[in-house]
Amino acid sequence: MSDDKMTAFRAEMRAWLQENCPEEMRDGLMTEESICWGGKSWTFSSPAQKLWLERCAAKGYTVPTWPVAYGGAGFSRDQEKIFLEEMDRLNARLPLQSFGIWMLGPALLHFGTHEQKLRYLPPVARGELRWCQGYSEPGAGSDLANVQTHGAEGGDHWLVNGQKIWTSYADKADWIFALVRTDRDAPKHKGISFLLINMEDPGIETRPIKMISGVSPFCETFFTDVKVPKDQIVGAENAGWDVAKYLLTHEREMISAGGAALSGGGRALGAVIADTVRDMDAVLRADAMRCEVDGLALGLTLERYKDQAAAGQGAGDASAMLKYMGTELNKRRHELMMSAGGSDALEWDGPLGNRAGDWLRTKANSIEGGTSEVMLSIVSRRILGLPG
Amino acid sequence: MTKLVRTDEETLLADMARSFLEREAPLSKLRQMRDQGRTHDAAAWKAMAELGWAGVLVPESAGGSDMGFAAANVIAEEMGRTLAVAPFLSTAVIAATTLRQVGDARASKALAQIAAGETTYALAIDESVKFAPDSTRLEARAVGNGFCLSGSKQFVVDGGLAERLLVLARTQAGLTLFDIPADRAGVHRDMAHMIDSRDVARIRFEDVEATGADVLGAVDDAMSVLQPALQAGQAALAAEMTGLAAGAFGMTLSYLKERKQFGVEIGRFQALQHRAAHLWCEIEVTSSAILNAGRMLDSDPASAALAVSLAKARATQTATLAVQEGVQLHGGIGMTDAFDMGFFMKRARVGAEWLGDYSYHAEKVAAQRGF
Repeated sequence: MSDDKMTAFRAEMRAWLQENCPEEMRDGLMTEESICWGGKSWTFSSPAQKLWLERCAAKGYTVPTWPVAYGGAGFSRDQEKIFLEEMDRLNARLPLQSFGIWMLGPALLHFGTHEQKLRYLPPVARGELRWCQGYSEPGAGSDLANVQTHGAEGGDHWLVNGQKIWTSYADKADWIFALVRTDRDAPKHKGISFLLINMEDPGIETRPIKMISGVSPFCETFFTDVKVPKDQIVGAENAGWDVAKYLLTHEREMISAGGAALSGGGRALGAVIADTVRDMDAVLRADAMRCEVDGLALGLTLERYKDQAAAGQGAGDASAMLKYMGTELNKRRHELMMSAGGSDALEWDGPLGNRAGDWLRTKANSIEGGTSEVMLSIVSRRILGLPG
Repeated sequence: MTKLVRTDEETLLADMARSFLEREAPLSKLRQMRDQGRTHDAAAWKAMAELGWAGVLVPESAGGSDMGFAAANVIAEEMGRTLAVAPFLSTAVIAATTLRQVGDARASKALAQIAAGETTYALAIDESVKFAPDSTRLEARAVGNGFCLSGSKQFVVDGGLAERLLVLARTQAGLTLFDIPADRAGVHRDMAHMIDSRDVARIRFEDVEATGADVLGAVDDAMSVLQPALQAGQAALAAEMTGLAAGAFGMTLSYLKERKQFGVEIGRFQALQHRAAHLWCEIEVTSSAILNAGRMLDSDPASAALAVSLAKARATQTATLAVQEGVQLHGGIGMTDAFDMGFFMKRARVGAEWLGDYSYHAEKVAAQRGF
């Protein structure tokens, strides 16, 4: 895009945001309470949250880089960058976040048929359907391809039986994308299919798991004789591992963005900490500075990978690096924020809100979506070529 | 919109630089020069000038190749990989950027000499063990129509053999930058015996006479011309250190694939794999900061301070880790002088201190980020 066009585009975005972003949505919050997840059972936290989602969805701004036909705005990478910069300038909240946007969307855009994209993507973009991810099982953690949930051949459908675990927000989701073994005789990676399942179907039960942070974002999900129509498969039968891996790279980038966004685009860690401690202890300050330096550099790395992707070069295995660095950084950052909060941070819903809950939540960052150790093994084998 | 991706031209430049340096300035050359007690390779510098490197930041009108800061970083990064010995940062980056800021006819002439590889410069700025230009005490007393310089400088990189010195001095109402020949009366240079075997000097200035014509920029306002040059130098040094880290890592990775213990390549051991993988991740993140610093210097130099300090802080941290892991993962052989890892380690330590250490730059980042 020429400089003139970009300047005009920026002006257009700035004017639209100024006009349409409700005042209440300009606090830049990214907490569990402020996020809009959408879905059939979603209760908006305020009329402003609803209005903001509707206005953005109407323009395709909830998923700005998706094609217009599938609910997006068809933005190029340059346009997306400008849009996000202008959002940041207003300190605007993201209108909608979801696993449908981060994970299912990219996988469907890559592997789905035109019909599947038309059917599933626009409701995600409008925040009408909320998705969850059915990957892990009690016996399939780091060894994810060991999934045992079984889909038996039933003619026009698969009959699914089994159990998933760590299914984030399964109790609030409308649909689930799940890894299901459809060929028990094939080698581990070759007998898995990627199925889309309606959570309202008979035979599905979810049980929330209470976590150390006091809340239950994760569930156990049980499938008993669930009929899944054959047109609800993404990619070919028994080729689900390819879809799963592709989706995992997006998941890793998304999780790492969580760590970098806070320090890269958002408020400086020092400023956050200074809210609590006016005269910052020298050691705490030094730690915060180191964390800030690393966060800014990681933020630039995410930018670089996005620019590379726009130039046709995906992150691929390097998403393992982004995930590893992002989550380890996020844990450091929250340790510092707890330290800065001192005893105020030790109360549930105390003077610092949910700071302790947020801190505890980050401990899962380096486990979910592939542990840090799995990430390092991916880097060492696939990028560095060290022998397995 | 600037992109954090190397352009085709930059990739080509990096490839050309790498093959040139592997041929003309490999690490074995540094070892040879150290063993012979030499710190400057005039022939190599001449060859680099012919490639347009000495004039990388010199306008074409003055005979330069004018490739810009990101390109200078690409060259510096490649030089870091082989620990090439050349006055590239002092002369082609710092002095050239300073003179370009000055922008008068005399500066143009000096720039032409830099581009031709005819004149080398050194920046005499440090006076204590740390980089602290604001605390400069070397005095340039006004005498008649000119000045009289007295005081001392240390850690003057390339200062033992440079033909000209850029000297930061305190004048009546601020700091002033002087550009004087290194052989002017009263300039006493002592070669320091550096751990990385390069040319560094301690310099005493005993009543050195200077005139208004020796001043670069305005009297009492050195930083208008020097600050952009310091930033360019810091960014290029960060790039060099990232190349150094990549060079040390490359050696280490090869060793993990070759060395056998317990009957297998040691690269099969997960404990070592994960250390290597972590180091690769750190280098990857730092290289983004380097690319960003080059882009900012080329597109918006007035706002580049954060990008430059971020690059230097990260590069210092990463190079330090790379050489430490380099020795540890090599084991005992990494400690021997006959092996090259020690050269990487010593250069990394010198680079860590030059033009501001980690603390200096992390403080700059913190200040920019509001704490």
